[in-house]
Formats: sequence, structure tokens, C-alpha cells
Amino acid sequence: MTRKIISYAFLVFVLIFVYAPILLLVIYSFTPSTIIGKWDGFSLSLYGELFTNARVRTMIINTVVLALLAAGLSTILGTIGAIGIFYSRGKLGKVVKGASNINVINAEIVIGVSLALLFSFLTFNRTYFSLLLGHLALITPFVVLSVTPKLKQMDPSLYEAALDLGATPTKALFKVIIPEIMSGIVSGFMLAITLSLDDYIITSFTKPIGFDTISTYAYNAVKNQAKSDLPALRALSAIIFLIAVIVVIIMNIRASRKEKTK
Amino acid sequence: MDYLTIALLVVVIVLTAAIAFFAFRYRKRTYGKDGREGVTTDKGLKRRLFAFSRKQLCIPYGVFLALFVVFPLFLILYNAFTDRSGHISFDNFILFFSTPSTITNLFMSLLIAFVTTAVCILIAYPLAYILSRMKASRGYILVMLFVMPMWINFVLRAMALRELLDLFGWLGEYNFLNTIIGMVYDFLPFMILPLYSTLIKMDRSLEEAAADLGAGRTRTFVKVTLPLSVPGIISGAMMVFLPTMSCYVISETFGGGKIPLIGKLIEEQFLAADNWHYGSAIAIIMLIIMFITMLVTGGFKSENVRGGASL
Repeated sequence: MTRKIISYAFLVFVLIFVYAPILLLVIYSFTPSTIIGKWDGFSLSLYGELFTNARVRTMIINTVVLALLAAGLSTILGTIGAIGIFYSRGKLGKVVKGASNINVINAEIVIGVSLALLFSFLTFNRTYFSLLLGHLALITPFVVLSVTPKLKQMDPSLYEAALDLGATPTKALFKVIIPEIMSGIVSGFMLAITLSLDDYIITSFTKPIGFDTISTYAYNAVKNQAKSDLPALRALSAIIFLIAVIVVIIMNIRASRKEKTK
Repeated sequence: MDYLTIALLVVVIVLTAAIAFFAFRYRKRTYGKDGREGVTTDKGLKRRLFAFSRKQLCIPYGVFLALFVVFPLFLILYNAFTDRSGHISFDNFILFFSTPSTITNLFMSLLIAFVTTAVCILIAYPLAYILSRMKASRGYILVMLFVMPMWINFVLRAMALRELLDLFGWLGEYNFLNTIIGMVYDFLPFMILPLYSTLIKMDRSLEEAAADLGAGRTRTFVKVTLPLSVPGIISGAMMVFLPTMSCYVISETFGGGKIPLIGKLIEEQFLAADNWHYGSAIAIIMLIIMFITMLVTGGFKSENVRGGASL
């Protein structure tokens, strides 16, 4: 019995550690006060600022568009790559797989620096494309990692059967392999989005001047203690938190439904 | 259009041409393991151009990796061993190891990474253990609850914790402690996930067998559970230790600029000091440390690294 109490107390303690800072931001997102700890009356003005302040609005849109674009492209590239790696038993597959794993373990700062060197070597200015390429280089290997296990689980005779029944390899790829590994592709896409949304270092090394994502905007605001920029970020955090809660709930419901149908 | 756009178009065209070329050249290759001929051999030029064997699909990705991952690493290597005039030189490394402040910096990074990893294990292990012993559905929901903050942008999360520490009046007072708290707060989910998945997959009958053979709770844990969960500990430690060393966003947010990490040093050389050769040399030193860490821990399981976030 005491063991149980101790373990529950421990869980609650860690939960408080994890959620206290977030709840603090959520609570103070409803007051226009510039500093946390000083309550200036209830107001939704910080939420309004997310839409009215052009700088804030632009950086939010930038972040979301970049994440969707990078995740979409990396999912296509990574899925094709994963299929290629899986079916090539020779040297080529091994080499590509090894190269793919480099950025999974590499420190982001090293990736960022290496890309900065590449763009300067090619005498490219930092543009949206360099930023997009940076994000692709970071997140595509993770798509490969989430697709590969599904390929391993797939019954190899399905593809052979499709060929025997007269499908072309292209048709067999789209009608047999892709549907079979769809869950891996979807989770790879989700992972790619979260990685792109979260990235600071690679963004800061590849982004064009004057372009901000949530990460770079927030980091600069925190570092420079920009009292005018910080409050709106509280409202933004609260909204992102709400979205996270909703996504997790939906995922849980879907998972439990799947279990029931099984 | 700038150069990069043009270069991208060129890359795309070259890739398409390469794929078409290989598809055409190898059109008579067999597709099945049993040596059957491919079915597209005699079906018109268009078919033949777009026919491919599945393994050729890794060519576009391979080219992408070669251009944007492998080649840039060689650029780091080249820059690290040259000086501004392009001559081969070891000055960058000599400078690094002869400057007391950078050595302090290196050891501080290792210390922060080590302490963060240790604290993460101390919190995450009991947590994952308790959760893995619960009813599966409840345990899973609780795990989701613990890792959900990971979905919030990590700079915003760091900002939240910073505000809380500010409220306590700790900010600027305990720079080292605050940095550790910030790191643990950021990286804890990456430790919980692999530990939980290792513990939940563990064969419980081994523990029961140990208990049947007369081992007490502590003995069972030390002799059976703990050794079996070592792979989870290692992959969690890799996911915390390596990024912590270079995660200067956290150390700058919490350390009041007084806890310099090696990642910050690299960034400074590139952005502020404009000494890319020295910065590259430090990046090489970091790569070597990473390599040694991986050798010590016995490599990494690609399935576990950060991909665990997709749980």
C-alpha cells in the first residue's frame, strides 16, 4: 500500500514539474501584463495580438507553411528512399542507409554549420529554398526511420502476387506497397512536422535575413528580454498547448477504436 | 530567380534524367527473387522509360544525401584543416587546445551533458517502471501525458520554465542549476519513451521465475529487471547526452550567458567572430566526442533514436 502511495506521489510530482510552467503561461495569457506575477485583469487582448500584430502573424504563418511544405516533401523523398533502401540488398542500399543515419545522430549545430558552409561554397544567398533544404536534410532521415519498420512487417509475397497478376512494377508500388506502409508514412509525416516546428539551430543557419519562425522569434525575444514581444508568445503557447491536447485526444480515441475493431 | 532556384531545377532535371536512364538501361532486369523476367520488357518505349526496379528508388534520396549531408561534412573537414588563405594548417586545433577558456568550455559541456543524463535517468526510470506496471491502456495514456509537452515548441517551453524560475527568484542566482533544470525539462520525454518501451516489452515471466526461485523484490530488480532494461537506458542516454552538449538555446536561456556550451562556441565562430575555419575545427572535435560516446555505448539502434517521438 505504501509502495502504491509513494509511486503515485512520484507521478504527481513529475506531472507538476512538467505542467507547472505551461499552466503558468496559460493563466497569464489572459492578462495583458508585461511581466508574469502581476495580474492586470482578465483580457483576451494577447490572443487578439496574434492576429493584429503583423510581425507575429507573419512568423506564425511562416512556421506552419514551412513545416507543412518540408514535411510533405520529406515524406515523399523519405518514403521513396526507404522503399529503395529496403529492396536493395547490395552495397548501394547499405551506403544510402548509412548516409541517411548520419543526420539522425549528428548534432544539429554540426548540420547547421555544414549547410552554412555548403551554401557559401556554392555562393548561394540564404533564401527560403536554403531554409527548406536545411529542414529537409534534418527531417527526411526520420521519415525513413518510421517507414522502414512497416516495410519489414509487410508480407513480401503481396508484391510478387501483384506482378504475377499482371501489374506493372509502378502499379504494384502504388497499389500494394504504399497502402501497406501507409501508417508508417503518416507517422513519419507527423514526426517530420514536429521536428520542423521545433527546430531552432538549423533554421538560424539557413534562413534568409528578416525571416522568422516561432523558434527564432521566441529565442530572440527571450534573449533580448523584449518586453513588448514576450506577452503575445504566452497566448501562442496556450494555443499550441490546446492543439497538442486535441491531437493527443484524437490519437487516443482512434487507437482505442482500432483496438475495439480488432 | 536566384542561383539556388536554378541549381535546384538543375538537380531535379538531372535526377529525372538519371532515373529515366537507369530505368531504360536496366529494363530487362529481373524483379522477383526467383529470377523471373520483369513484365515490362516488351511494352512500348514509354513503359520502358518509366519502368524501374524497386531498389533504384533509393537513387534520388541517395543523391540528396550526398549533396546535402555528406558533401557538407567534407566541407567542415576541409575548413577545419585549412587557414583563411586555403593552406593546410593545424592552427585551429592548436588554438582550441591551447586556450584555457575553450578547454573549460569543453569540460563544462561534458559535465552539463553528464549531469542532465544522470538526472533524466533518475527521474525517468522509476516513472517508466511504474507506468509499465499499470494496466496497459492507463499506462499508455499517462505516458502520452508525460510526453505531450514535447509537441510544444521547445523555445516556448523553455520560456515558460524560465518565467517560473523567475517567479521563484532563481534566475541569475543559480546558473548551473537552472541550466540543468532547463535541460532536464527539455529532454526528459526522450528518456521516458525508450525506457517505457523497453520495460513494457520485457518478458515478465523472467521476473516471476526469479521470485519463484526465492529472490526478493530488490534482488529480482537488480539481477533481472535492471540488466534487461539496459538497452533502453543506453538509447535514452544517447538521445539526451549528445544533443545536450550542443543545445545552447537552453544554456543561453537559463544560464544567464554564464554557462557556455561547445555548441555556442561553434555558433559564435560562424555568426559573430566570422572565423569559419576555427568553427569547423570545433565542430570536428564535437564529432569526435560523439563518435567516442557511440563507441563506448556500443553504437545506436536507429529504431530508438528520436524516432521514439512517434510512439
